[in-house]
Amino acid sequence: MYTKKVIQLFKHPHNVGKIKNPDGLGKAGNPVCGDIMWIYIKIGKNKKGEETIKDIRFSTFGCAAAIATSSMVTDLAKGKTISEAKKITRKDVADELGGLPPVKFHCSNLAVDALHKAIQNYEKKKHK
Amino acid sequence: MKKVYLDNAATTPQDPEVVEAMLPYFKEHFGNPSSIHAFGQKAKEGIDKARKIIAKKIKANPDEIIFTSGGTEANNLALKGIAHTQKAKGNHIITSQIEHHSVLNTARQLEKEGFKVTYLKVDKEGLVDPKELEKAITKETILVSVMAANNEIGTIEPTRELAKVARSHKIYFHTDAVQAFCKIPFDVGWGIDLASFSAHKIHGPKGIGALYIKRGTKIQPRQVGGHQEFEKRAGTENVPAIVGFGKAVEIYNVDELRKIAELRDKLIEGVINKIPKVKLNGPKEKRLPNIANFSFLGVEGEALLMELDSKGIACSTGSACAAPTLEPSHVLQAIGITAIVAHSSLRMSLGKENSEEDIDYVLEILPQAVKNLRKISPF
Ligand code: FES
Repeated sequence: MYTKKVIQLFKHPHNVGKIKNPDGLGKAGNPVCGDIMWIYIKIGKNKKGEETIKDIRFSTFGCAAAIATSSMVTDLAKGKTISEAKKITRKDVADELGGLPPVKFHCSNLAVDALHKAIQNYEKKKHK
Repeated sequence: MKKVYLDNAATTPQDPEVVEAMLPYFKEHFGNPSSIHAFGQKAKEGIDKARKIIAKKIKANPDEIIFTSGGTEANNLALKGIAHTQKAKGNHIITSQIEHHSVLNTARQLEKEGFKVTYLKVDKEGLVDPKELEKAITKETILVSVMAANNEIGTIEPTRELAKVARSHKIYFHTDAVQAFCKIPFDVGWGIDLASFSAHKIHGPKGIGALYIKRGTKIQPRQVGGHQEFEKRAGTENVPAIVGFGKAVEIYNVDELRKIAELRDKLIEGVINKIPKVKLNGPKEKRLPNIANFSFLGVEGEALLMELDSKGIACSTGSACAAPTLEPSHVLQAIGITAIVAHSSLRMSLGKENSEEDIDYVLEILPQAVKNLRKISPF
């Protein structure tokens, strides 16, 4: 049911863990199946002086697809500017993974949601 | 890689002796059992023999055994067949919350037709209380259907007592005995009117099962056509599968069950000793010898299943993530387990092929798998 890429990332996920004192923390939960996803980000600056995602980590209480999609989302976001990271969609993630079974679409939503929430959380803190 | 199959409640490997017994019925004994010539009669002999073996096992008469395509069809036939025949007498059916989907969804379909269904609650071990059954019975009740043993947590129901209650009100009693069959004592003389069985849970072939229907029970067939199966289930019989079913019952070795239960206990003990924050789901005592169901808090069940699968260990989970409906197991919910704990559940069901080494291997791999996933978990 899962693609090779999903299984591979599930077995060896990237960017697992927590960041102490993150600049942004995004928590997404799935009301459908009860899964939980947390994404932590650290913000830096690139040469042009734009804000970028310097470091990113995730923890999840979710299925194999949730783990693989989190790994993919964090890989995609890492090093990107904030405005680029905001544009990452569920579809980008699913495509990179070579597709997901339809019943597992919501898992990729979960990861993308958590990322966007982490960015929001950072921006909110900044504007205080 | 070492392979350990711990999903025997889903299906079992076919015994080589069963396969051997089936082979001639694919080849030289290919006749249609309804034919009068020697080819047909040879096939019929095979069916008759299987029917006798199965009847004897549950202390029934051979003409009370109706072969079906499996447990699901047997359950459909029992519930719909009785409901439709008894409609004039009443429209109320009683079953339990922890039945197999083939009973629950049949009951729901009957509800749509206008029948009323009571789904009896179970206690935290999964037991149906005969007193609750007594209370649920009304003048309209025509059928009670409660499984003999549960497929997810292994609870053995008080079938004899439940049948007695139904009998005392002259209500038909059906039991889904698919998981219980051969594993625990079972006797239709307990007051059972109908009972469902399946071959592939006891090392027989898939696609074959049976419904016991007590003599004199009127039942409307689901499938009409020829005169097969005492006019209760039309269609040319699946002769090789029936022969295989009979063989599986004939050679089922009850002594193996003691070994299986010992291995299961070793597994349970090992898991509880080696892994922190684990919960054993279901009954302590009244449990089938082959089933263990755990919850590893903070670990999602499907992820754990996949992790174990990558190490050659096959089992199943009641986690919402693994269900096509994305709902946690209805059985775990019925015994009062919260969605989040059900989410972390893992069922391991043993079989006669499992060895001491298999369990040692699981006890080596499982703690590490749980640890790895807990590292990822926010809890
Ligand atoms: S996180 Fe529950 S189905 Fe993927």
